[in-house]
Amino acid sequence: MSEMKTGGQIIWESLIAEGVEVVFGLPGGAILPAYDDLAKYEYPIHHVLVTHEQGAAHMADGYARSTGRVGVCIATSGPGATNLVTGLATAYMDSTPIVAITGQVPTSLLGRDGFQEADIQGVTLPVTKHNYLITNIRDLPDALKEAFYIARTGRPGPVLVDVCKDALQASMPFTYPSKVNLPGYNPNLNTPDGTAVARAARLVNEAQRPVIVAGQGVSIARAEAELRQLAEKANIPVATSLLGIGAFPATHPLSISWGGMHGEAYCNYALQECDVLLAVGARLDDRLTGAFDTFAPKAKIIHVDIDPAEMGKNITIDTAVIGDALLALRALLPQVEANEHPAWLEQIAEWKSETSYRDILQQESDELVAPYVMRSLWHATGEGNGRATVVTDVGQHQMWEAQYYHHNRRRSLLTSGGLGTMGYALPAAIGAQMGNPDQEIWVVAGDGGFQMTMMELSTVVQERLPIKIAIINNGYLGMVRQWQDVFYNKRHSGTPLFNPDFVKIAEAYGIRGRSVTRREEAYDAIKEAQAHDGPYLLDFQVEEFTNVYPMVAPGKSNADMIRRPAPAMGSGK
Amino acid sequence: MTENITKRHTLIAWMEDKPGVLNRVAGLFGRRNFNIESLAVGHSETPGISRMTFVARGTDRDMRQVRTQLDKLINVTRIEDVTYNDPVMRELALIKVQATSEERAEVMQLVDIFRAQIVDVTLDSLIIQIVGKENQVNSLIELLSNFGIIEMVRTGRVAMVRGAASQTGVVDTAVPVNGNGHH
Repeated sequence: MSEMKTGGQIIWESLIAEGVEVVFGLPGGAILPAYDDLAKYEYPIHHVLVTHEQGAAHMADGYARSTGRVGVCIATSGPGATNLVTGLATAYMDSTPIVAITGQVPTSLLGRDGFQEADIQGVTLPVTKHNYLITNIRDLPDALKEAFYIARTGRPGPVLVDVCKDALQASMPFTYPSKVNLPGYNPNLNTPDGTAVARAARLVNEAQRPVIVAGQGVSIARAEAELRQLAEKANIPVATSLLGIGAFPATHPLSISWGGMHGEAYCNYALQECDVLLAVGARLDDRLTGAFDTFAPKAKIIHVDIDPAEMGKNITIDTAVIGDALLALRALLPQVEANEHPAWLEQIAEWKSETSYRDILQQESDELVAPYVMRSLWHATGEGNGRATVVTDVGQHQMWEAQYYHHNRRRSLLTSGGLGTMGYALPAAIGAQMGNPDQEIWVVAGDGGFQMTMMELSTVVQERLPIKIAIINNGYLGMVRQWQDVFYNKRHSGTPLFNPDFVKIAEAYGIRGRSVTRREEAYDAIKEAQAHDGPYLLDFQVEEFTNVYPMVAPGKSNADMIRRPAPAMGSGK
Repeated sequence: MTENITKRHTLIAWMEDKPGVLNRVAGLFGRRNFNIESLAVGHSETPGISRMTFVARGTDRDMRQVRTQLDKLINVTRIEDVTYNDPVMRELALIKVQATSEERAEVMQLVDIFRAQIVDVTLDSLIIQIVGKENQVNSLIELLSNFGIIEMVRTGRVAMVRGAASQTGVVDTAVPVNGNGHH
């Protein structure tokens, strides 16, 4: 016999049935019945009170990316729900599984512009994998079951369940469904088509200059080991997308770093010159490819992805392998022959050494430049093999982190790639730390983006999280300034920042901090932050005008990179 | 290669008859920048499943995008491009024409030639109903425009593939599932 449960109880008990241990949220009128049930029945779910609902969505995102589980956020109707939208859009672009639960005005007020009413189902239609508006409690259990299933299967993504207040207050006999019935949903869980796999293997075997591009799909599928086996078996160099960083060890001899707009030059050369390109779990977006019709012009392209809509969306491909990266790589492995490709690897090594020669750390003066901070952080945190996870914001610092911090461990970099959401880092890091209490979590954020969500420092303190924060403070919206430098005749319109004293901001929350202005201090400051038992903020006041290179202008070919300047004679260290 | 030729394609989509499903489909067309010329939707033979015929302009590759993106909508159960299956395609139009008693005979002659019907008559107007292929409908409209079209409504194309093989949007997919992080 099923017991009578309220809508609020059904939400918490469904979450428990899904194994949810932590939710990120902020209460308000329409969601109050659910919050009341959480306290009344003392459900074993830890609720993290956020400062702003955008933070709740990013926390659920950071939790999900770092654990592989579904992140859950919860908000009230109207502004509570609309504040989630940036976080949901971020998760949607980067295929992150989130279930967002929002309260909605009672059904009697729906459509009447009631207080705190917003059509959040309508608003989130383009930024969720699916969404629900629950006007009757009888639809709630199935919707929750389906929401979790849809969020985590196939290509993951955020799902929103909007529940009217009267449905939260109503009661019905409740047992959590054991099945979903979704006739229109095909998550492509089967092994990919054998003919496609065979064709892909043949192309790889015939290749003289093959390259693998590994995307986040490899990490979502936990296929890192298979990827490595494949690369090693046939000696194929591996590039990653920005989100694919960590899917292949960056210090592996076959790693060719990551490609695209600010990817390493030798990687872009390899992508442009390869004759077979095997993309695995990467959606080949414009930041990776440059102008679509100029990407990998000499290559037969094999695209492995779980989402059939990615096939040929941006890039004309030769072979589509539709399926989970793990199943696809397992199917490919026995059919791909051992190979050496010595001439190709030698050519890439040559490009690589030329790239290293232009390394900014070889040529800058004693000034504190951001790449130096990133490299110091890398040294201090086990050189990519430690238990540190870096969560970046968006902008110049994000690119330098990706260039100068070599990630060897899966999921050791969390970053907003697709939507490019400034303000992501701090809340996402909170989510990551909640899901991984033993990890060393580093926020790397610019001075602009950090200020977009820095009020979540209160959440850091409230939850007693030992998060370490490195602000790369150059007094500008740096990446925007860089575009102005390159494309807008150096008119710095709206980009200089009026910053607070970040150390004092930290202190106001009871967080220790210090500013760093000199190169010699950087490493020690990082060690000091690590040694401190609790959160710590470092304000790195870096050289202002350094820009990120290489750079591919939007709409241009990766072959037309603006390179790092070659070092002047005698300036190397 | 037909791959790169831009032409009109006829697609049929089956979807669960749930609130907001049209909104999802229309929203997708808009944000993916798909070029949709007409769209007709109504019940199918299966209770709870609606059937939409729509006409989209683009290359075969564009249509693959239309199909695969639409197919990702959870409520869309099936989608097919029937352009190359020589389907039966029809459209219905109601055309209100200005026609004095002197002109009426001439209009009725046209109606006969097109096997259309007059479904309403007043002293100075007629409503004509035509069911046919779009080019027939277009021709009639063009001819009637000489008399003065007061108003007009077209349903947009509906299509069905010939032969006994049935096309339905019904798929049974009940899947047992458990727990966060597992399939």
